[in-house]
Amino acid sequence: MTPKRKKRLTIILALVFGTALIVGLVMYALTENINLFYSTSQIAKGEAPVGARIRAGGMVVDDSVKRIPDSLKVQFAITDFEHQVVVEFTGILPDLFREGQGIIAQGKMDAQGVFQADEVLAKHDENYMPPEIAESMKKKQEAMQ
Amino acid sequence: MIPEIGEFALIIAFFLSVVLALVPMYGASTANDMWMSYAKPLAMGQFLFVIISFVCLGYAFSQDDFSVVYVAQHSNSQMPIQFKLSAIWGGHEGSLLLWALILTGWTFAVSRFSKALPLDMLARVLSVMGIVATGFISFLLITSSPFARYLPRFPADGADLNPLLQDFGLIVHPPMLYMGYVGFSVAFAFAIAALLSGRMDAAWARWARPWTNIAWAFLGMGITLGSWWAYYELGWGGWWFWDPVENASLMPWLVGTALVHSLAATEKRGVFKSWTLLLAIFAFSLSLLGTFLVRSGVLTSVHAFASDPERGFFILMLLAVTMGGSLTLYALKAPNVKSESSFSWLSREVLLLVNNVFLTVMAITVLLGTLYPLLIDALGQGKISVGPPYFNAVFVPIMCTMALAMGVSIAVRWRETTLQSVLNKLWKPAVLSILIGLGFPFIYGNGFDARVFLGISVGLWIISTVGTEFIGKFRNTQSITNRLRQLPLSYYGMMVAHVGVAVTAIGITLVTSYSEERDMSMHKGDTVEIAGYQFTFQGTHVVKGANYMADQATIEVVEDGQPVATLRPEKRRYNVKNAMMTEADIDASLFRDLYVALGEPLEQGAWAVRMHYKPYVRWLWLGGILMALGGLLTVADKRYRQSSPNQEATHA
Repeated sequence: MTPKRKKRLTIILALVFGTALIVGLVMYALTENINLFYSTSQIAKGEAPVGARIRAGGMVVDDSVKRIPDSLKVQFAITDFEHQVVVEFTGILPDLFREGQGIIAQGKMDAQGVFQADEVLAKHDENYMPPEIAESMKKKQEAMQ
Repeated sequence: MIPEIGEFALIIAFFLSVVLALVPMYGASTANDMWMSYAKPLAMGQFLFVIISFVCLGYAFSQDDFSVVYVAQHSNSQMPIQFKLSAIWGGHEGSLLLWALILTGWTFAVSRFSKALPLDMLARVLSVMGIVATGFISFLLITSSPFARYLPRFPADGADLNPLLQDFGLIVHPPMLYMGYVGFSVAFAFAIAALLSGRMDAAWARWARPWTNIAWAFLGMGITLGSWWAYYELGWGGWWFWDPVENASLMPWLVGTALVHSLAATEKRGVFKSWTLLLAIFAFSLSLLGTFLVRSGVLTSVHAFASDPERGFFILMLLAVTMGGSLTLYALKAPNVKSESSFSWLSREVLLLVNNVFLTVMAITVLLGTLYPLLIDALGQGKISVGPPYFNAVFVPIMCTMALAMGVSIAVRWRETTLQSVLNKLWKPAVLSILIGLGFPFIYGNGFDARVFLGISVGLWIISTVGTEFIGKFRNTQSITNRLRQLPLSYYGMMVAHVGVAVTAIGITLVTSYSEERDMSMHKGDTVEIAGYQFTFQGTHVVKGANYMADQATIEVVEDGQPVATLRPEKRRYNVKNAMMTEADIDASLFRDLYVALGEPLEQGAWAVRMHYKPYVRWLWLGGILMALGGLLTVADKRYRQSSPNQEATHA
């Protein structure tokens, strides 16, 4: 091999090796850190894994918000108008959190079937419905027809 | 009447941009000087008419003309005037108009400040920008005119702007960001013009470089401002969320950073030419992709207010045409581009290449994380989201490796350097930064912390290598002031920007490792201690703002018996939308922020209160400002001002 070709080969090998390394790192990070979305119906049917970090979304059920006195613990139910799931959260709820509003919660299902949220997201536009919720409700409507 | 003038001016601007896209381009390909010379007046006319259109919209906002749909949806008569005016870009239509304004503004600026450019090059550059303007103005006119009316019956008052946006942040963040996004269209236009003309030499890089640096600096400032805004207004003290829309602005910045460096190599040494062209194409394409992601609502994000598939489709088409066309052109023409010089394994060229590879890889990993949920959804594999842990896991190792390379690159010369000389220069900074990095967590914190060690060492490594190199410049000189003056401004720019990276890295490290946060239910008179500061809740009272009512709390902060600050966070209720808003209060200083926000009222007059102690959080943005400043300093370098044709003639 001429020196020039040798140099090219080194570059190509380095590139291939580097790319493989990075792809590996990315794929590993992706599989470790993906949060699957579950509708409340899926959770109620027991399709959501217990203890794994997931996202759940739905409308906050009217009159379901209960505060536990002298703490920031709050309990409420969310629904896709078919099944309800109880959510527990400790902390400050977002400004747009209210009954009847669509929210997304991140957290884990516990053994009692209660969703233990560590993060509650409400969107900044009152007409806005998270696409995940909109779709799971649309599916349900289609199923009813 | 005024809104109709605005619409009409926009239509005229559209036709001017069509002519600009066609005539000078055709003139350049047939060497017709007269047709090429139309480019400048067309660029000016196009800018002028978009200004008229923009002013008309601003007038409609200032006069509370609620017969205009866009005004009625985004304004209200009670709003203070500065928010009425910044509400121009508070929604989709108006922010696109701002896009068009800035695009035509950049086009005009290129036509004015390009005396050094040969006529055909200028004609091609302006024409390419005209093509982009045609796309965007037609997008405005067809799918999203801000001048549509409610007639004959229109609302008596406006629906009000989203309270989150009624803030100083809205006034400055979007224009800055757009200046950056759209500014990359100049680099893009230069790249296309170079491919079309087949002229891709050091002179080309010298023309394109200042424009690219300015755009890059604006984008960096825009991102920095966005982070700061999120921190005090919507983030509850968070400053980066890996939100898809944040990622959308980060990707062009990363590729733009690569482009800025690769352009430097192309200008100085005539290498990496085709790579530079490709980066210029990608930087602008990613800006378009960012616009698409924000505007189409395909992603769940705080920025995605209302989605409209038709608009998303239009931008996707625009993106497809831009990328498809430019990449095809690239594939046809780029093989003709040849490097002008060679370099060895240990040279600044290679380290710049390494920097480029890292930055591109970072951009790709961010792209992957952002688009992966869309891909999985499209394949029917379910709804997923990719959280911050993914981005942190990928970003931090790559960033640290790159920071190491940054230190080395400063000690390495163009073309060739001996390993011995590099080691001689680098061993002291290496030892120094590792030692301080090891010691820091013991002195500042409570014992060893690998993250802090890594972050501090990396930051100090960059600073100390820059410092060593700078001091080395004075070794053989008598007069320090003369030497200071001799060094080119672009050299200062490089140093300032690199120190900026270090400052940001140190800020991120310390704020993530040593922040303290407490959410508490507090009654009047309750005291909480965080990081040595006693926060005492003194109750709330009602205050009235221009268009809102608020509960304002008073929280006294005391350290070692000495009063530090009185913080007054608010919980606002905006009258029109009946929307709640949290207005945090911050006692800011260079080394720590005290951050207090009100949650919600609880029983018996208690409130949920969030309190933060955030050390070194300001350094994040300080670093961002330094980076942008570095980019601008480089542009001020005298070699970009020297080469007007007249001067060259006198030299010859």
